[in-house]
Amino acid sequence: MDEINSLFHGFAVILTPMNFLLMIIGITLGVLIGVLPGLGGANGVAILLPLTFSMSPTSAIIMLSCLYWGALFGGAITSVLFNIPGEPWSVATTFDGYPMAQKGQAGAALTAAFTSSFVGAFIAVVMITFMAPLVAKFALRFGAPEFFAVYLLTFCSFVGMGKGAPMKILASMALGFALACVGMDTVTGQLRLTFGIEEFMRGFDFLIAVIGLFGIGEILLSMEEGLAFSGKSAKIDPKVVLQTWKLLPKFWVTSLRSALVGIWMGITPGGATPASFMSYGLAKKMSKNGAKFGTGEIEGVVAPETAAHAAGTAALLPMLALGIPGSPTAAVLLGGLLIWGLQPGPLLFTEQHDFVWGLIASMYLGNLVGLLVVLTTVPLFASILRIPFSIIAPVIIVICGIGAYTVGNVMFDVWLMLVFGIVGYAFKKLDYPLAPMVLALVLGRNAEDAFRQAMLSSQGDVSIMFSNGLVGTITTLALLLLLWPLISKIIAKVRPPKTDEFAAERPVD
Amino acid sequence: MDQNSESGDVRTGVATYVVDAAVAAILLAIGLTVTITSWKLGAGWTSDGPGSGYFPFGIGVLICISSIGTLVQALFGKEKNTEVFVDGEQFGRVLKVFVPSVIYVGAIEVVGVYVASAVFIAVFMMWLGKFSPVKSIIAALAVNVVFFLMFEVWFQVPLYKGILDPLAFLGY
Repeated sequence: MDEINSLFHGFAVILTPMNFLLMIIGITLGVLIGVLPGLGGANGVAILLPLTFSMSPTSAIIMLSCLYWGALFGGAITSVLFNIPGEPWSVATTFDGYPMAQKGQAGAALTAAFTSSFVGAFIAVVMITFMAPLVAKFALRFGAPEFFAVYLLTFCSFVGMGKGAPMKILASMALGFALACVGMDTVTGQLRLTFGIEEFMRGFDFLIAVIGLFGIGEILLSMEEGLAFSGKSAKIDPKVVLQTWKLLPKFWVTSLRSALVGIWMGITPGGATPASFMSYGLAKKMSKNGAKFGTGEIEGVVAPETAAHAAGTAALLPMLALGIPGSPTAAVLLGGLLIWGLQPGPLLFTEQHDFVWGLIASMYLGNLVGLLVVLTTVPLFASILRIPFSIIAPVIIVICGIGAYTVGNVMFDVWLMLVFGIVGYAFKKLDYPLAPMVLALVLGRNAEDAFRQAMLSSQGDVSIMFSNGLVGTITTLALLLLLWPLISKIIAKVRPPKTDEFAAERPVD
Repeated sequence: MDQNSESGDVRTGVATYVVDAAVAAILLAIGLTVTITSWKLGAGWTSDGPGSGYFPFGIGVLICISSIGTLVQALFGKEKNTEVFVDGEQFGRVLKVFVPSVIYVGAIEVVGVYVASAVFIAVFMMWLGKFSPVKSIIAALAVNVVFFLMFEVWFQVPLYKGILDPLAFLGY
């Protein structure tokens, strides 16, 4: 087995004391980011990215991906203890997690959440280990039209699978593409959409957008709601952990189903949030205790957490194998690859063997370390939430400002971050999804290049998107997803659908 | 702000659909700008392939279409969202963070990241958190010393020191 060999090689690469230390730092910071409002996986990674410029790419990706695992773990803490989801994907965890905490079973709820997070991630990593090299090998045959078709599929699936008005998803995505176009056109050397403004010549860095949209926007939103945290306290003693672990194997069907839902939603850019809701809904429907869901069923914690973490992990597969991220955080990591001088795409597996397998090995180890760290440090992180918002808010704004500055060492970026903050606040309130915009901003240039190359080779004939079976299938699938809102309306007319009972709670992201 | 008296709601402010329409109108303006500039840039086929404006032109059109769709839905849709977008008190709270943030970024230009951040955190804590000046200043200094060590010393990422550069004596 080639993959197993490569995996062990990967373990050999990462098992140095320095990398292990970075892993623990990453996890701890990640949990912190997951717990704090206004800092999430995407902008946490974006802010820390400039700090990794001087590191080797392998060490850098280990730290940043561990930050991501930490953020995934951290979201559960606030959901269970405070009934406040720290991240959009942990909203579904509050349904049963918080009632459990109210009944005094916070420890059990957290243990279940963390353990199922780990299980979800583990299943997803195993999948990545064996699938990613195959996908990459397959993608080596891709030409420009195929790549553009995959980009098209990525963006169309936002429209088809996203929650919220399709027009708003489309607008947010197109705005991202337009922002990506600003600056020098790399093919012709012409300046585009700069309107004679000198600062626009460099173009818009997506890291600034991520920090502004998610960081500042989130702070403004939390401030509007006038957050006051009052939560349950939690101590996890080893006895509770062992007792909960004894219960968990009973739910193996739920775990497996949730993990598969998560993997599927993670590879297609549906993301962790819909995955967690979908698997909670499925578990409620299929479980014997379905009727008791919402009153503090442990299974209701297992399902969304497994799916969210599996989706978050699986989102790295298309990023590694195709160079097309499945989530905003994966997009930021992809931006990191470019900064470290690596060319994302199918060649990564052959050309950067150490890097890729180091990353995959660190996913195994990082999640295990993450599980141990969160289980032992929950009281510490819970106490952080008791720090008044009037201290946390300015510190987070300062961190965002510093993060925005370090991206390009220009003050203009910090102002831009504030502007993106307002945009993020308004868009969030009006249910414009932010993820398509960020992904479009990251992938805009590449998608455009692929499109241009495809058009060049066909002399402007769009039918090249259907020139062979492969590209035709992907394009058709993409168009189907794009038109899905219309198609589903027609289906609904013919056959009235079952109402989605969690539709109202699910956030647009 | 218009009074939302019909609903008998105590919260007053602009209705959500108005803001929705306004944002869509702004997007439409952006879309038109992108479309027109790309057209001027050359959205057609040049001698060596698609012109610079080829792709942005399509994107501009996409923004226009989607924003017109949202605009129509917001203004003439069946279910107008007349809920208050943000009431006076909420908006006040948002401004309480946003206005100081703008001043903070302005201050960075002059006195640099560290001094501006320390003052920002301290003032914010005293003003909104009602902390004692001593506590606020200690917290602000502590946070900034950690940042300074982290960025300048450990990771060697220099941050902006401002036009006046009041921390020049530290030698970084």
